[in-house]
Amino acid sequence: MLRRRVIPCLDVADGRVVKGTRFVDLVDEGDPPTLAARYAAEGADELVFLDISAAQEGRATLLEIVERTARQVFIPLTVGGGVHSVDEMRAVLRAGADKVSLNTAAVAGPPLIRECAAVFGSQAVVVAIDARRVTRTDPLDPTLATVGWDVLVRGGREATGLDALTWAQDAVALGAGELLVTSIDRDGTQAGFDTELLRAISTSVRVPVIASGGAAGPDDFVSAVQDGGADAVLAASIFHRRIHAIADVKAAMAAAGIPVRLVEPVAA
Amino acid sequence: MTAVRVAVVDHGAGNLVSIGQALVAVGADVRLAATPNELEGADMLVLPGVGAAAPAMARLTERELVGPVRRWIADDRPFLGICLGLQLLFDGSDEDGATTLRIVPGRTTLLDEAPTLPHIGWNQVVRRREHPLFDGIADGADFYFVHSFAGRPAPAASDWIVAETTHGGSFVSAVARGRRLGVQFHPERSGTDGLTLLSNAVRLAATAGDQGEGPAPAAGGVPVLVG
Repeated sequence: MLRRRVIPCLDVADGRVVKGTRFVDLVDEGDPPTLAARYAAEGADELVFLDISAAQEGRATLLEIVERTARQVFIPLTVGGGVHSVDEMRAVLRAGADKVSLNTAAVAGPPLIRECAAVFGSQAVVVAIDARRVTRTDPLDPTLATVGWDVLVRGGREATGLDALTWAQDAVALGAGELLVTSIDRDGTQAGFDTELLRAISTSVRVPVIASGGAAGPDDFVSAVQDGGADAVLAASIFHRRIHAIADVKAAMAAAGIPVRLVEPVAA
Repeated sequence: MTAVRVAVVDHGAGNLVSIGQALVAVGADVRLAATPNELEGADMLVLPGVGAAAPAMARLTERELVGPVRRWIADDRPFLGICLGLQLLFDGSDEDGATTLRIVPGRTTLLDEAPTLPHIGWNQVVRRREHPLFDGIADGADFYFVHSFAGRPAPAASDWIVAETTHGGSFVSAVARGRRLGVQFHPERSGTDGLTLLSNAVRLAATAGDQGEGPAPAAGGVPVLVG
């Protein structure tokens, strides 16, 4: 049976792992390859590096970090942040990443998804969707309101007016092999995942959906899968700060009847 | 014992970095092979890859590797196909209609019963028979998969089947016959069990070398990694 994955996310800025609340107020969390190795030993099913460096120098640093990590960590590695072209994607894969996550550049130019999938295969193309909940009123009847989600870009700073559900379906049609869905409302808040958002997307596409944004404790991972229909669950600060261990999260998922990969603890 | 020399076939569609690093981690001497000459001196051949069959076959043809790779496998020399590298052993692929290496009778077909597609993540590899490739690995252990298609051996080739995996329907996730091995999952991305499997494959190749077929001197290989 296919296991539901637990994925620590390492936001990397200028060579260090950082984590902020709602993409701002960044706090230094450590050396990326060191944290990556620790998570792999603790049972992480996969790792995501998100490059949030503002400057271009950060990119070379990131490739070097990916290379150092991939040499010692033998689980899948996804890299996202600032990839705008097939050539940039190739450079990231050559450094040792297995998948690349596209976000702002894919919204700006959706054919990029198709181009990358044609060269590297859909399995290497993750489309990251940053979504914010909006209430829309019916233009014909202002007393009727529906809940929806808008796509944000540039690290959650810029609204696009694009409907997240529509974009998810378009991205898959263009060749995305996986969707990484982040609730900007919940990101860094530890208020739990937006399971309605996850459910809306996971029921409308066949590709795996990775839940992101808002994990506070093991119960949130359970509900992302059971209520949101997520295939994988991603979190950052609760792991970096050792608030919860990956093993505890997986034990809670297993107890709830969710298939997970259990890993023997490695003696230090 | 000198390190086993592994030639990783470069057909332009693989994550050659991770397979190279994992083979180095289990003590192999790893070279990339993009020409027939670069296969010489190797004790073992690894055919990696993700993605579609047609571009990979086109690249193998362009690099004049189809004949040498087919001969290598037909001669029962140590071989490991990974993911697409396993699928290429079959007659052809439904993914794009490509004719492949025609070593194992059967076709590569879509995982049409899969609830999610691509099949991405860790899944259990359940043995149908014992094989030294899985020495030290529990039956039903989890390995990492990333694919939408899988090779289906024809009834006449059912003796190739070593293990199966279920995602909606079940499919063949490991094959072996003689010194030829193939896995649908990615051992290079499957943590400790994946490294154990690669180490077993390399060890089996070394055993094969001891039984004759003394390895020729290394010739013109391109080192894939340093340090």
